[in-house]
Amino acid sequence: MLLQQLINGVALGSVYALIALGYTMVYGIITLINFAHGEIFMVGAFVGLLAVSKYNVNVFVAMAVAMVASMIIGVVIELIAYRPLRKSSRLSALISAIGVSIFLSSLALMVFGADAKAFPSTAFPVRQIKIGEAEISSLQLLIIGISALLMLGLEFIVKKTKIGKAMRATSEDYNTAALMGINVNRVISFTFALGSALAAAGGVLVGVLFNAVSFNMGLMAGLKAFAAAVLGGIGSIPGAMLGGLMLGITEVLGVAAGFSSYRDAIAFAILVLVLLVKPTGLLGRKIQKKV
Amino acid sequence: MALLDLKNVTIRFGGLTAVDSVNLQVEEGTIQALIGPNGAGKSTMFNLITGIYAPTEGEISFGGERISGGEPYKIAARGIGRTFQNIRLFSTLSVLENVLIGAHTRGKVGLGGAICKYLPWVRREEGALQEWAIECLKQVDLVHRVYEPAGSLPYGEQRRLEIARALAIKPRILLLDEPAAGMNPQEKMSLMQMIRGIRETGLTVFLVEHDMKFVMGLSDRIAVLDYGVKIADGTPLEVRSNDRVIEAYLGKGAAH
Amino acid sequence: MGASLQNLVAGMDPYFLQIIVNIGIAIILALGLNIITGLTGQLSLGHAAFMSIGAFVGALLTIKTGLPFSLNLILAGSITALVGAMIGYPILRLTGDYLAICTLGFAEIVKVVFLNLDITNKALGLSVPPAHSSIPMPIMVWICAILAIVAVTFLQNSRFGRALKAIRGDEIAAESMGINLARYKISSFALGTFFAGIGGALYAHFLGYINPSDFSFLKSVDILSMIVLGGLGSVPGAVIGASVLAAAPEFLRFMSQYRMLVYGALLVFLMVFRPNGLLGGVNFVDLVLRKLGKKPQLAVRNGKKGE
Repeated sequence: MLLQQLINGVALGSVYALIALGYTMVYGIITLINFAHGEIFMVGAFVGLLAVSKYNVNVFVAMAVAMVASMIIGVVIELIAYRPLRKSSRLSALISAIGVSIFLSSLALMVFGADAKAFPSTAFPVRQIKIGEAEISSLQLLIIGISALLMLGLEFIVKKTKIGKAMRATSEDYNTAALMGINVNRVISFTFALGSALAAAGGVLVGVLFNAVSFNMGLMAGLKAFAAAVLGGIGSIPGAMLGGLMLGITEVLGVAAGFSSYRDAIAFAILVLVLLVKPTGLLGRKIQKKV
Repeated sequence: MALLDLKNVTIRFGGLTAVDSVNLQVEEGTIQALIGPNGAGKSTMFNLITGIYAPTEGEISFGGERISGGEPYKIAARGIGRTFQNIRLFSTLSVLENVLIGAHTRGKVGLGGAICKYLPWVRREEGALQEWAIECLKQVDLVHRVYEPAGSLPYGEQRRLEIARALAIKPRILLLDEPAAGMNPQEKMSLMQMIRGIRETGLTVFLVEHDMKFVMGLSDRIAVLDYGVKIADGTPLEVRSNDRVIEAYLGKGAAH
Repeated sequence: MGASLQNLVAGMDPYFLQIIVNIGIAIILALGLNIITGLTGQLSLGHAAFMSIGAFVGALLTIKTGLPFSLNLILAGSITALVGAMIGYPILRLTGDYLAICTLGFAEIVKVVFLNLDITNKALGLSVPPAHSSIPMPIMVWICAILAIVAVTFLQNSRFGRALKAIRGDEIAAESMGINLARYKISSFALGTFFAGIGGALYAHFLGYINPSDFSFLKSVDILSMIVLGGLGSVPGAVIGASVLAAAPEFLRFMSQYRMLVYGALLVFLMVFRPNGLLGGVNFVDLVLRKLGKKPQLAVRNGKKGE
């Protein structure tokens, strides 16, 4: 029974982690809470849904299409709504991000309507696999597998490629990186592209998992994923993964323990508690007071 | 008994020992200087005294009472005013407001009084605070700037405003962190005059400086810090001829 | 007196009246957040949750007790402030975005708790009976709004207000001037949430029905947008920002379904072209004084220009 819940938790947590990565990367580089990130996740889910239902492609192709589309949207959002504000106060940029978020969700409401849309049942044939007491669906396996694969890919890009090195340098010290000849604008665009692609993948996976895609799915998922990023220590990539998994597992366990009506509060209660004990999150860097 | 007394003060950041068992006494009514090359730990000393850092080892007392480990706001209220090396003014607020914030501990009016601003005693206190702030601005010759935003002042005036703000606490000791940094010789001369004037009002001055000439002409006593260790302590004359000091400043072999 | 006021209000166009009341309540809420975020510089994303605490406390007081409405308001505000201070105590040690996210998390928790309590009637929401007061609600709202405007204006230029502004400007410099950071941050949080509580109680009694879902994250964002639009830390800014945004949905009503779309886009455009708010950096007092041909004066004489 516990094993079953753990599997469910890991599946949900992987999705949180996928979204949380976008938050954490953007925050690491330009210290902005990209509030529109949750909506990118939602847009990704819709693009995936359209691809599957209108063009009859399989889930993997749909996911790839969603990722590409979201990349473009993410980069464009940064260009229009954040880049002009890079030198202004962080609050202004945050409000702008909130504006984008409201814009995208109301756009989705207009285009797709208020009802949740479902993926066609043929999108991904689900089979149940027995592991001892627990039953794991092939869908959960897919989610965990794809998430792990994407995170490995991200790890590779950040650690081994030239643009990844530039990302880490910019995140370490924005100004110095610029002085060293790193094209900071390109790094930032790339970061948005990367984060948005991961969120879109998460969106398609969640859409298939819960069999529902709706205009307002971004807000709560985004808030929770952000909580996961903060929980793990914002700016830290492993932290986002850890935070996402932790939130997913506790949420599922909490629901299983009978607190289902408090579902949305669980994530935030943990977040608040962790921050009180360790104000920079689990894997966050210690902040030295500078005088 | 010394006004400010540092006993064996040490602070470590991770593996780095920024200040290493320093003993230092500042006598009441003197101008004490602390010099040393860049990164010697001078500003860290100020941050230890004002409670922004707590010493890893050792003890700091002020007026005979232990202050190390206490909270910065309490230490300030005991009568320690300070300026910062990299100017920390409230740049969007006016010159007057900056000094009034410095005078915070001189007032009592809280939330209730703030909202009932026409009560006679509230008005009296606000008037007294403003008068006192103007007094402080006069000492640094900035009265003509009262309404300007602090951030719009030229650099030298910002440094002086920081001094006025620290004076507004009505401190017993004034800690000046590189007050002459970035000033031209003329400005430095008038700053020297100003600091002497401040001492004459009965205040003790403790300053961290880079500029040897500035310090030599001004201080009663000078302590020298190098890599967190105090290597000399004495009158300007004694320090000037100290071999270890010359070595620290000019490198090995420069002595004689 | 009560009766003549009733008549006055009854003679007004209800639609117009509703906009006016919305604006009044928005001003109270915005001024409260302006103390926390604008003056003290502590970003709060959970103002609507505090509003909801005031709304439910006020509503329950009216339902369960015969307390006169003015006492009810003060009590609703005070209880909210108490919760605000209790929450503020641990979380104000956090800085910047961590604080923001904690307030957001807290707000979600409050909402979920209200959605699950029997006394708040769970997700069905609460019907609020008319307030025990002879003064009509719109007048009450505006009395509170004007009191709030006066209080915050006085606060700003007091010793207390300066301490808050010092914390906003530079915490290390502020504590080096003898300012007790924790105490002032908590006071600012308590005061700001007091306003939120009163705003919430007024909202509950004017609408006659409240539901925990009305006080969502988007409502907090709405209030935040008001003070950012007006320029952080400015009282006239908060008043104008609140008025514009509280009335905006009504004026955008003609494009009903595009309303939120336009609202979102407007926020972005505003920030891009006026990042300090529509009225940010405008010194209203100075402006008025200059119009009257006067220069601002000190309370003391020797503060005159020059030597």
